[in-house]
Amino acid sequence: MSVRRILIAASSWLLLAAPVFAVQPPPGQSEFVPVETLPPSEQLPAAPYLIAAYAFVWIAVMFYLWTIWRRLNRVEADMRALEQKTTRR
Amino acid sequence: MFFRTAWLVLRKDVAIEARSWEVLTTTLFFAASCVLVFAFAFVKEGQAVPDAAAGILWIAIAFSGTLALGRTFERERYSETLRALLLAPAPRPALYLGKLLGMLALLGLAELMLVPMVAFLFQATLFSRPLLLAGLLAGGTIGFAAVGTLFAAMLVRARSRDVLLPILLYPITIPVIIAGVRGTSALLGATPDEPTAKMWIGILVSFDVVFVTLALWTFEPLMTE
Amino acid sequence: MKKAFGPLVVIVGAMFVVAPFLIARAPYESTMGLIQKVFYYHVPSWMAMYSAIAVCGVASALYLFKNNSAADRYAVSAAELAVVFGLMGLITGPLWGRKAWGVWWQWDARLTSALLLELIFVAYLLVRAYGGPGSEKLAAGTALFGAATTPFVYYSVDIWRTVHPKTSVVPTLKPDMGIPFAFCSVAFILLFVVLLQLRLNLAERQTALDELYLAHEESS
Repeated sequence: MSVRRILIAASSWLLLAAPVFAVQPPPGQSEFVPVETLPPSEQLPAAPYLIAAYAFVWIAVMFYLWTIWRRLNRVEADMRALEQKTTRR
Repeated sequence: MFFRTAWLVLRKDVAIEARSWEVLTTTLFFAASCVLVFAFAFVKEGQAVPDAAAGILWIAIAFSGTLALGRTFERERYSETLRALLLAPAPRPALYLGKLLGMLALLGLAELMLVPMVAFLFQATLFSRPLLLAGLLAGGTIGFAAVGTLFAAMLVRARSRDVLLPILLYPITIPVIIAGVRGTSALLGATPDEPTAKMWIGILVSFDVVFVTLALWTFEPLMTE
Repeated sequence: MKKAFGPLVVIVGAMFVVAPFLIARAPYESTMGLIQKVFYYHVPSWMAMYSAIAVCGVASALYLFKNNSAADRYAVSAAELAVVFGLMGLITGPLWGRKAWGVWWQWDARLTSALLLELIFVAYLLVRAYGGPGSEKLAAGTALFGAATTPFVYYSVDIWRTVHPKTSVVPTLKPDMGIPFAFCSVAFILLFVVLLQLRLNLAERQTALDELYLAHEESS
């Protein structure tokens, strides 16, 4: 039951992890305007950092869910082993 | 009853220490070697970096304090005297206060040695405002020792206690150390910055109040098994 | 509480799907541009961490003073989540700062104290793992000190002049930034609740296993 709960949680995360459609591309330019120096805002592109930040949050949650799932499996296995030992006697 | 118990615990600790002076001398020597190690680490062109004086002073206090805490309570653990103390019909917070006073005395003696040593080695004008410096040292030492005594006492029966004490102690007391360092370095400039030093003393006092209150409150349940 | 779990998972999942759309539609901030949008995940992570610390602190106090073993399970679960959400905040923050301030890290009041707060709860987990028997109480004591430090962390940006934005930023948000922010905050706090339930379940199974072991020992 508890393992099932984990599976529900994990699969709903996986199925719903589709925010790719969110960002719309900007409208096309009509002419190119030259500029001498790169403006400060272009010198370090922001998008990689933004994506890395969001990705890290998602990965951290997934990883944590995975550690809970792994530990839960170990506890359940130990319980089953122990119950087998007591019923065998 | 409360203060009498604390006083008795303090007297007991001082009496035991007075037999061999083991913890005191080794703590003093460790503090001195700490300062020397850092002094050599920060030497440039044969001269020690002057701005490092405040930081090195407080690091030496923190490190030698941690060591002294471990050693003092190791002595209690070895003789099982802590259990005897807890069995005594004495208010538990008073036991904590007695231990804290003992720790403060030890660290105070270490600071008596450290401050002139740092002032000498780094040409630091630590004595320009002695009262403010004393206030900073008192505030910082009380904050550090309050948390340290509590954690060292509660770790006496734990496994891996030697390494767990710094792990628990430093994140909580680093704000106290930072306040001490910033206050001390405010006093070390060409003209000592008194308002800043006083501000940091105020912050240290508020840390002390919170930490001592919390420690007195939690000492009893933490020491009961 | 258990019956609400399934619907809660669905709600949280839905909120996290909707959130990027709301965030993309929010206006850019005038000085920071695109990177400011990390804000919608960064601050809610810290809000979730503060919630975790509050739960851990109260549960630790209950465990220390009332010997309530259920409180101990809440304390350890909340402490783990405090570390997880704190790590999220400590990674998203520097990624934002690298672009906005040009440096990965600054030793100012907010960043330093936030890092120390994270270390206090990592220390909590270390004590529980390696402290031997009776370490639950020691960890509970640590958690209380950690919880006492938290207000200091929060107000540090208001007391000292630091490069980090002040706490006045959030209450003065305009609606088109405020609504996505509130939405993400609720999403993160509900995420905390969901993860807490999962972790609590694990803690309960571990307690059941320990009791089985004890019963097994006694009968043999």
